[in-house]
Amino acid sequence: MSAYYASILYGALLTIGVSLAALLVSVLLGLLGAGAKLSGSRLLVALATGYTTIIRGIPELVLMLLVFYGGSIGINRLLELSGTGATLDINPFTAGVLTLGFIYGAYMTETFRGAILAIPRGQFEAAAAFGMAPVQIFLRITAPQMVRHAVPGFTNNWLVLIKATALVSLIGLQEMTYLAKQASAATRSPFAFFLFTASLFLIYTWVSLTLLRKLHGRYSLGAKRGEL
Amino acid sequence: MKKLILALALCAVAAAASAQGNDLKVAIDPTYEPFTFKTADGKPTGFDVDIASAVCEQIKRKCVFVEQVWDSMIPGLQAKKYDVIISSMSITEDRLKVVDFTDKYYNTPSKIVVKNDIKFTDAASLKGKRIGVLKGSTQEKYANGELKKAGVVVVPYEAQDQVYLDIKSGRLDGTVADVIEVTGGFLSKQEGKDYGVVGPELYIPKYFGTGAGFAIRKGETALKAELNAAIKTIRANGTYKKINDKYFKIDVYGK
Amino acid sequence: MNWEVIFREESLAMYGEGLLTTLGLLISSLAIGGVLALIFALMLTGQSRVLQRIVGAYTFVIRGTPLLIQVYMIYYGLAQLEWIQTRWDTVWPWTYFKDAFFCALLAFSLNTAGYTAEMLAGAIRETSAGEIESAQAFGMSRFQLMLRIVLPSAMRRTLPAYSNEVVMMLHSTSLASAVPAMLDLTAAASRIYSDFYLPFEAYLFAAAIYLCCTFCLVGAFKPLERHFLAHLAPRTN
Repeated sequence: MSAYYASILYGALLTIGVSLAALLVSVLLGLLGAGAKLSGSRLLVALATGYTTIIRGIPELVLMLLVFYGGSIGINRLLELSGTGATLDINPFTAGVLTLGFIYGAYMTETFRGAILAIPRGQFEAAAAFGMAPVQIFLRITAPQMVRHAVPGFTNNWLVLIKATALVSLIGLQEMTYLAKQASAATRSPFAFFLFTASLFLIYTWVSLTLLRKLHGRYSLGAKRGEL
Repeated sequence: MKKLILALALCAVAAAASAQGNDLKVAIDPTYEPFTFKTADGKPTGFDVDIASAVCEQIKRKCVFVEQVWDSMIPGLQAKKYDVIISSMSITEDRLKVVDFTDKYYNTPSKIVVKNDIKFTDAASLKGKRIGVLKGSTQEKYANGELKKAGVVVVPYEAQDQVYLDIKSGRLDGTVADVIEVTGGFLSKQEGKDYGVVGPELYIPKYFGTGAGFAIRKGETALKAELNAAIKTIRANGTYKKINDKYFKIDVYGK
Repeated sequence: MNWEVIFREESLAMYGEGLLTTLGLLISSLAIGGVLALIFALMLTGQSRVLQRIVGAYTFVIRGTPLLIQVYMIYYGLAQLEWIQTRWDTVWPWTYFKDAFFCALLAFSLNTAGYTAEMLAGAIRETSAGEIESAQAFGMSRFQLMLRIVLPSAMRRTLPAYSNEVVMMLHSTSLASAVPAMLDLTAAASRIYSDFYLPFEAYLFAAAIYLCCTFCLVGAFKPLERHFLAHLAPRTN
């Protein structure tokens, strides 16, 4: 019996892995998307808006099933056409990370866009006047100030992302929700196993909240707040 | 620089794609005790798994077990997620339309299983009762074909052990399942003591096919020949009997 | 791509049934969840510290665990308890727990109640101090204050965030496909996929339907926001 619990703990490591990997993908896509939306180009704005609108209009589960089941067949058909004998298999981990990253990239786009807009324009003008290259402006001016404004939205998105990793169990990734379901059916005791898994999620959420609060505090040093 | 990275990436992908060269990816649904299930520490085990390992030994390839939910077994095979399904899959006409099968490696009948206090005479005597079946299985086809029209409520589940979970809690009155499987996975346990098999042995080929075989993609004639030869060999040299006796008291090869 | 199969009568009927189940779940869980959220929000901003802590713990758990696990807990976990098993054949209201639809509905309602309660409580706390003080100066009781001043204002201010929550709930109903015997839109798509081996077509069709529903919901909320938040809009003349 305890071996089941041990395997669920290993599954928890996989959950953490999927969520962190998806976070990376979503932050990258978020920055790209925010950049596209804030650029002057009509094409980029349209593309980015299309991306965020469509992604936020489809349930994560449906998107995941589409990518996992449909994606493999699509890629294999393309490979067949190319004539090589190779087969590429999108495993559940990759499908889950890509889908979650893609979905939460859309939410991060909105978060980062709002955060960048919150930085006073004068800062960008001054930086340009100093002759800074765009990369320098981003690293030295935009990013540090953006963090403070982005953290609340980012925290929200991250917490939702953690919970969405449970959905990857439905495409067969053996993370803790999947293992809990199998263990509960095999031993006919769902209550204990799901309670255990729920507690693990709670711990994960609580630790994230605490760490992100500290981050917010660190990046808010020196910011003036009105006396309420 | 960029070209170099691109080239390296392509090499990595190609390497990953071809590295699986000699492994035989076998799909299993490990919720089907005692044919396919997992031990507490996650190792696949059971009759199907042992037969698969024996066959792999014969054809000199390494068995890599891939878990899959039952009703996406065949789509997964077609998507090349694995090379063969060795998970008590019955050879039926419907399935033969989309995949190929080796010769059978066992044949056991299915039966209806209900609580002992239900007086069973025929399908109509179960009117109004809730019967759980595995989604995508031959038993589901039978239940939808014969039991539904007699007024039985047929409830599909994604795994057979979830059916037992709901029978135990009282949501279901019974199930239609393979006799050996339901004995090993339910009736022989504490929770199954008030339940029993009823009715005739269901060997109807229209629904249940002609025994369980290994499913492979259409066109894989070389693999099919290899696997068939391996099955013959383990039947002849006593390996089959050894595995059979490890799990069952009777010979499951059947007629 | 083989779209012919999707547009067959039986397939469309399955999608239709799925859509009806999805919408049914959505509307019912929003209704029940909404009422619960109001009660919980009042408890969260009320005067009893005990109630505050209890409801606070409830929202912490609901918002800290995945909806999927909540669904499994209610469907499988509760069914395992002997206490429920002996009662659910005969004793109302426990008879409902046998039904899959009810279990899914309960899980979704409790989930949306938790999130909406926190949203509403936040809006209640942010109510302008001046309004509250003038109401108290008028001699309104706490009940009158809540009913006439705070709640109408708070509910209006929650509207934008609530519209998000409604869309989230629509997407969350796809998890009903994880409950046995529930045929919602996603389950219908899965059925078509496993019967005809067409993942792209089956899931794309379902995705398109969800997208339409989302647009309809967002479109419905825009005029609502314009009407109810008219007092917060910038000057137009």
